[in-house]
Amino acid sequence: MIASPATQPNGAPPSRMTPGRIGIYAFLVVTALFFLTPLYVMIVTSLKTMGEIRLGAILALPRAPTFEPWIVAWSSACTGLRCNGISVGFLNSVKILVPSVIVSIAAGALTGYTLSFWKVRGAGLLFGTLMVVAFVPYQIFIYPLVRVLATIGINNSIPGIVLIHTIFGLPTMTLLFRNYFAALPPELFKAARVDGAGFFRIFWSVMLPMATPMLVVAIILQVTGIWNDFILGLVFAGRDNLPMTVQLNNIVNSTQGERAYNVDMAATILTALVPLVVYFASGRWFVRGIAAGAVKG
Amino acid sequence: MMPVSFVKPRLASRLAVGLALSPAVMVVVVVYVGCTAWTMWISLTASRMLPNSTFVGLRQYASLMGNERWQVSVVNLAVFGALFMVASLALGFLLAVMIDQRVRAEDLLRSIFLYPFSMSFIVTGLVWQWLLNPSFGIEKMGRDLGLDWFRFDWIVRQDMVIYTLVFAAVWHAAGLVMAILLAGLRGIDPEIWKAARIDGLPPWRVYLSIVIPMLGASLATASVLLATSVVRLYDLAVAMTNGGPGLASEVPAKFVMDHLFERGNLGLATAAATSMLITVAAVVAPWLYWQARQRDRRLAA
Amino acid sequence: MNKRCDVSIRGAEIAYGTIKILEKFDLEVAQSEFIVLLGPSGCGKSTLLNAIAGLVDLRDGQIWIGGNNVTWEEPKDRGIAMVFQSYALYPRMTVRGNMSFGLKVAGMPAADIARRVDNAAAMLKITELLDRRPAELSGGQRQRVAIGRALVRDAGVYLFDEPLSNLDAQLRAELRVEIKRLHQRLAATMIYVTHDQIEALTLADRIAVMKDRVIQQLGTPSDIYRRPANRFVASFVGSPAMNFLPGTFALRDGAPCFAAAGISIPLEGYGFDARPQPGAAIELGIRPEHVEAGGDLPAAVEMVEPMGSDQLAWLRLGNHPLSMRLPADTPIASGQSLQLRLPADKLNLFDAASGRRL
Repeated sequence: MIASPATQPNGAPPSRMTPGRIGIYAFLVVTALFFLTPLYVMIVTSLKTMGEIRLGAILALPRAPTFEPWIVAWSSACTGLRCNGISVGFLNSVKILVPSVIVSIAAGALTGYTLSFWKVRGAGLLFGTLMVVAFVPYQIFIYPLVRVLATIGINNSIPGIVLIHTIFGLPTMTLLFRNYFAALPPELFKAARVDGAGFFRIFWSVMLPMATPMLVVAIILQVTGIWNDFILGLVFAGRDNLPMTVQLNNIVNSTQGERAYNVDMAATILTALVPLVVYFASGRWFVRGIAAGAVKG
Repeated sequence: MMPVSFVKPRLASRLAVGLALSPAVMVVVVVYVGCTAWTMWISLTASRMLPNSTFVGLRQYASLMGNERWQVSVVNLAVFGALFMVASLALGFLLAVMIDQRVRAEDLLRSIFLYPFSMSFIVTGLVWQWLLNPSFGIEKMGRDLGLDWFRFDWIVRQDMVIYTLVFAAVWHAAGLVMAILLAGLRGIDPEIWKAARIDGLPPWRVYLSIVIPMLGASLATASVLLATSVVRLYDLAVAMTNGGPGLASEVPAKFVMDHLFERGNLGLATAAATSMLITVAAVVAPWLYWQARQRDRRLAA
Repeated sequence: MNKRCDVSIRGAEIAYGTIKILEKFDLEVAQSEFIVLLGPSGCGKSTLLNAIAGLVDLRDGQIWIGGNNVTWEEPKDRGIAMVFQSYALYPRMTVRGNMSFGLKVAGMPAADIARRVDNAAAMLKITELLDRRPAELSGGQRQRVAIGRALVRDAGVYLFDEPLSNLDAQLRAELRVEIKRLHQRLAATMIYVTHDQIEALTLADRIAVMKDRVIQQLGTPSDIYRRPANRFVASFVGSPAMNFLPGTFALRDGAPCFAAAGISIPLEGYGFDARPQPGAAIELGIRPEHVEAGGDLPAAVEMVEPMGSDQLAWLRLGNHPLSMRLPADTPIASGQSLQLRLPADKLNLFDAASGRRL
């Protein structure tokens, strides 16, 4: 079969938009809509008036968008006995977040550094134990920890919750940094030793600066994890320092009478805002964080 | 004679190492080991609202097994766990495979599927509670479209509410599974794809016979992560349904929390917590052991 | 049984976005020929091989295999087989599984598959490995399995993408011989990509030396070695590398010669491709084994490298470094003086600016 020159195959083959490929795109688009719908509904509901909400049509755009629910949620929604809005919770979450992130990452980095480069008897055992206990549900530790913290005198306080977050963050943070340091060329460490640097000097001046990618990943993981935490904040932070997640649950689930769904959704978005911003701002780093934290050992 | 400076650094660094590791050691010993032991001890005593050191053997466990609320919690968790894991793995795998087909807008798609994972379980639960609200949510929407027979009130039905939790949890976790499996897929030597193409293998055959067996480690990792979050299920249940209607969405973690605080029964709560621990250990220990063996085998090679 | 196809690449253009990998590329490979694409990394040789296989699309141009225009065909329909640098064996299958999987999926009867697998295994001496997994094999064994997987396809053209680069030197030498024996036995058409010039010289019927996406020279190993078409080919092929002396072309009493600081080398007897102008800047190339003693060019020995079967002496001719190959038992020491002769028929002259052979 000799084709005429005009129809001879030449160059790139015609576009391979087979039914298979169309099916792939269709599946992805439909699934993407499924994933986006809750976010969309959240935003849309928070901008509607209660009158409009009562009419139903949960997917409809607001006819007369208003930020009133947001203002109410921020400054006058009732979380239990007080009605100062969820801004109180926001401030508490920040007060908890900043020290917790710093301390837990510092502890993890130092521990990971020590276990990577320095010969310690039982290092393997310590690391292995840390990895194992990371899987244990919190419920096992809650009562004893409450007693311990109360005895030290820091229960129901910011230092208390910071300590708790550090304790429970130690396995993952140590894993992150230890794996990262273990992948660096060992000659780096030897060169620093030959240069005469001591334990903390090497950590502070050589290893920590090199670990910037992992610091970014650690910050992302800890900010997301600590901000989203509910159970630890509920138990250990104390009534005056309840984080935003706890306040949010109080606003939505413990209202008597008719619920102000638009205020509820506004408060929900406000609570989700910080990790969402971190997520969208961090791009590929978030995925790196998952990959690094998911590889245990 | 050895100069003094030679000896000092050794000692100093030993001290420094000890100092640096002391937090970790303290945490492991005091918190993890100590608190676990303490909790287990309490579960063997007659403690109610306050700890009581009367040793009663396994009586708490016996009353736990006979406790209706606990029984329902365990069954709920088993149903939830099985459905959640299968659905998350399947959906995550499909998404990973599709995205790996060199589709356009890969970054955008990945962001869309993964953003739920960045949200708290409380937020997740509240959003889905709203979506599934019978009066104002999806059911109302269906009714408004003229479908009078349309019902989607699972969230207030005792026999269906557990499935609503599965929806919300899969929405939250499928992106994570996708990210892990996608990383695994990307780790496959691209020349294997070329060889398969030259061998004339259709794509589905390649995935079935070659890729999935190679993804063993990623699938295991994803499964273990999913399994541990199943046992920890608390925030989502509290936010979405608070265990209701009735006991229909009670879960073990909530049982423990309720009995530790509101219901004031330490003995029962700690027995429940210890039972959770044993379940987790049964799942995770073999995996960790297998991982350690793999690492040793790799090091020996 | 063996199809033995010829391959024709006509006007091929390959690009990724705006980056051009190959432009207006032509190459004819005859039936049963063993042609090597030789060049440094980035010269486009691997991309070309992938395009012949059908793994990369052309932006323009055609590829013909065995008289058929296969430009739009899938790899499995082109009648090709390929061996990869990283072996690309399916890790969870046995050797037998790896070799038979493609045929099984294509629906070939089990008896035929078994026959082909056993034949290929016997040819490559891997029969006792058939039930093992790739992880249990050494690098050399894995590569044999990869070649076996290609052989069972009974293809018209066999493509090799740097198959020996991941092996150590000794294994590389062993498998090189195997591949040459295979070609003698099967007389199949083979297109082989490598950056190792020794592989090229030992295996090829013809070599296409590539650089910067263009064929610098296409010829037999002998041609390429003895009459390199430009400075790049001359420096790339041959080990130890060719010596280069910069200088100018001059006429002494009408006789052509090469002039550099303090030296004058007669060029009588050199076969010119193009005659340069007197005063033109040129480069003189000569291989270490062609440098002879017993002439009238004074040189000093700076260093001697013993290399087992012979030794490499590093000399200074005027103020130019020059390497010279000598038999192992010739007495020579650093500090010695030598009188050298550079025979004109072994010289290679290149234009200093363009690098083209003169």
